[in-house]
Parts: sequence; structure tokens; C-alpha cells
Amino acid sequence: MITREQQYYDPPVNAVAALGRGVIAACQGTGQALLMLLGALAYVPQAFTPRNRANVVTQLYTMGIKSLGVVTVVGLFTGMILAVQMGLGLELVKQERYVSTLVCNGILREMSPFMTGLILAASVGSAIAAQLGTMTVSEEIAALDVMGVSPLRYLMMPRLVGLVVMAPLLTIYMDVLGLLGGAIVAATMLGVAPETYYDGLFEFTYNKDFYVGLVKAVVFALIIVSVSCYQGFRTQEGAVGVGRATRRSVIVSFLLILTLGYFVTRLWYS
Amino acid sequence: MIRFEHVTKRFGDKLVLDDVSCEIQAGETFVIVGLSGAGKSVSIRHMVRLLTPEQGRVWVGDDCISEATGRPLERILARFGVLFQGAALLQWLNVEDNVCLPLRQKTRLPDAEIRQRAADMLRLVGLEGVGDRMPADISGGMRKRVGLARAIVTQPEIILYDEPTSGLDPMISRQIDLLIDDLRRRLGVTSVVVTHDLYSALQIGSRVAMLHEGRFVVCAPPEEFIASPHPVVRNFLRAQGIVTLQDVHQAFAK
Repeated sequence: MITREQQYYDPPVNAVAALGRGVIAACQGTGQALLMLLGALAYVPQAFTPRNRANVVTQLYTMGIKSLGVVTVVGLFTGMILAVQMGLGLELVKQERYVSTLVCNGILREMSPFMTGLILAASVGSAIAAQLGTMTVSEEIAALDVMGVSPLRYLMMPRLVGLVVMAPLLTIYMDVLGLLGGAIVAATMLGVAPETYYDGLFEFTYNKDFYVGLVKAVVFALIIVSVSCYQGFRTQEGAVGVGRATRRSVIVSFLLILTLGYFVTRLWYS
Repeated sequence: MIRFEHVTKRFGDKLVLDDVSCEIQAGETFVIVGLSGAGKSVSIRHMVRLLTPEQGRVWVGDDCISEATGRPLERILARFGVLFQGAALLQWLNVEDNVCLPLRQKTRLPDAEIRQRAADMLRLVGLEGVGDRMPADISGGMRKRVGLARAIVTQPEIILYDEPTSGLDPMISRQIDLLIDDLRRRLGVTSVVVTHDLYSALQIGSRVAMLHEGRFVVCAPPEEFIASPHPVVRNFLRAQGIVTLQDVHQAFAK
């Protein structure tokens, strides 16, 4: 059962006790979120069975298609901003033709999965936490538990599949748009011809740069689903609690995306 | 059928259930009454393991639900239908899909049969023809009846009602009471009802239990309950203007 009893503690006696309790709560929360993730992963083989198919397809559509607009704008401008910044630096040493190499590396390895992760955490993750939180406080999750319908299978697994499939696809889409944005700036501001820009794209770019970005997208998807579902399922105290769960979901996802993104990069490039 | 064995439950410093022991017989309608915050809902949440006792055990038949997990817990829960206080309907599903949900998720019945059974249940609760409406588009009383249809669609042995008439006008409240009584007679289910409405309790209950300060201070059939000299019961009856069972029957006759 996902429905959990509220825990009651005496107020901490001093700041050290409060800090200790915070650390313990963070460890407990991490453990519970990981257990939920493992529970939902165990249901993934059932994703396209008749009773789950409609839910999964709905989530794929909601998370993928409905995110296209914002991903398009962010992707294009991320590429343009990168090109402007790199270009200004390269102009100083008269090496503008390498702008595409730098933009390509930056977009594929870092900016595209990172920005996709942030967009999904802010839009999809917050929506998941708010929806599950509202369901929790209105006893809909308890009702599912009592009916013997696992909320991990019925609610979390479709969101997990939706995000793990869509995050890499959106990342690839943003890769293309980012490179396109860079090309626009290279041509209009730096005077780099399109064919020069294209040649430079893959001069120092390797397959690893592409798939590291995709690995990051999958890691970020797992983070967003675990954090937002955990925050949603443990919501208490009505509307205020839903707001708190949504805020926490976005903040924790942002922090984990930022820090784990760094470690994934270090793991592959150190 | 359901047995509380020395159940104690505390939320922080507040003692909600204090060494409660009682047994609910198969086929009866057991009504728990008490003031707001007395622990009525807490007691029925223990019956479906949404809460676990700090001390003591809760038994459903020969199974200890307060200690069950995994498949054994699922097997015990399959014996229950629960009507939650706010009906707890899934807001993005229409009325029919809400009622179909437990069958679609827990059985391999053909969809046509599931829809037929949902239609039968909606007819039973007096909601024929509203299957395509969304929960947000129907009244509170209708939502409760949809919740009831969902609770009984799996043909459970035991139905738990958490404040089935709270927030409803007296006419709808009486309809819901009659429906609960009708379901017990037609389907032969064991019912546990939590309410603060003594009219309901005395009309539909086989036994009425008064929960006060964590204990059942009186647990008796309606006629004995109404004659109880316990001061809490007397105050409760007086507050709702009930002197005899005749008052209750007259209220229903209206």
C-alpha cells in the first residue's frame, strides 16, 4: 500500500537535533522514493497490456507532444545564446569557424539534456506532484489501495514509461533545434557560412557526446518521476500540502538534475 | 467477521483508540457514532489497514489484517468495499468508468460484461443514465451514490461507509440510509457505518456503538442504545432531539 500514516515526533530540543532529524528525514525520503521507483519499474513489462495501455499512451502524449512547443523555443534560443557567447570569445582570437564545434559539444553533452530536464521538471514533474497530491488528500489514492489497484502500477508506471521514452526523444529534438539556432547566429552575426558551420559540427564531435546526452536524459527522467511521485503520494494537509509538494518536487528535481548531471559528465569524460 | 483485539492508536500525544475490543457479526449493520474527532473514521481505517494499531490486532475472519502484507493483504481487501467520506472518485474518469475501475483493473471479464455490471449497480443506487457525466458535474449526493456503486460492483462481503450522509440535505441523507439498509437486505452484506447522525444510526443499525474518549462506552441494539443511561449518550440524543425510537421512525416516515 502506498498510503502511509503521518509520523509524529516531539519538537527537536536544539538546532543539532533539528539538523539530525532533517538528515534522517532526507535519507528516509530517498529510500522510500527509490523503493517506489523499483516498484514501478517492476510493472513496466505490463505497460502495454490492455488494462494499462490507455494510461501509458495518454502519458506519452501529455509528456511528449504537449511539451513540444516550449522545447522548440528553449532549444532554439539555447543554441543561439551558446553561439553568441562562444562567438564573441572566438572573434577575439579570429577563430569564429569553430563556433559550430563548441556549440555542438555544448548542446549534445550538456545543454540539451539539462534544459529538457528542467523543462520537464517544471512542467511535467510539478503537474505529477500536484495531481497525485490532490488525489492523496482527497483519499483517491487510499481508495485505489483499498480496491487492490496498485497506485504504482496504475499511476506511477505510466508516468515512468512516458517520461523515460519522451525525455530522450525531446533531447534529440532539442539537439537539432539548438544546432539550428547556433547556425542562425553563426550566419547572421559571426559571418560563418552554413557549409563551414556544418563541417565544423562533427569535426571534434564523437558518438559518445550524443549518447552521454541521452543517458543524462534518461537519468533526469528517472529523477523527475521518482521525486514528483514520491512528493505527490506523501502529501498531507490539504491544499497547502499540495502546494508544498509541488514546490518541493520542482526544487528537489532541479537540484538533483544539476548535481547528477555533473557527475554523469565526470563519469564519462574524466 | 471483524474483530478488534485491544486496539490502541495514538496520533502524537492524542490517544484516539484506547484498548478497544469489539466484534462485528456477519450480516449485521454496525454503526459507530460519536463526536467529531472521536476516532470513528480512525476505527474503520484500521479495518482496511489504512492505519495500523500501535497495540492490539484487527482480524477479518481468520486473517489478521493489521499484520498482513502483499498478496494475503490483497486477498483480505478483496472482501471489502469502501465508501469514503468524499466518495474519492477519480476526477478524470466519468461515472461509468469510475464504477468499472475495480473490475477493469482486478478481473479479466470482457468489457461488455463489466459495463453491464456497472449499469446494474448504477441502477441499484438510483443513478441510471448518468454514466457519461463527470464527477465534477454531479451533486454531492450523486457522487456518494456513485462511490457506493463502485464499492459494491465487486460484490464484497463487507461494506464500510465513512460518513455516508455528511454534508447532504436531510432528504438525500434519508435516501442514502434507505439504500444502505436495502443493500444489506438484498445482498446480505456486513456493513460498518460511521456517522454522527443518530437518526441514521438508529434507523439502519443492528447495533449502535458510541465512541467516546477512545472507547466504546455503549454498544447495543437501537432500542437498548436509546435507553442507555450513559451521560454521553443522553447528551448526544438530547442534542439531536431524540427521545424515543418513535421519533426516528417518524422522521423517516416524513
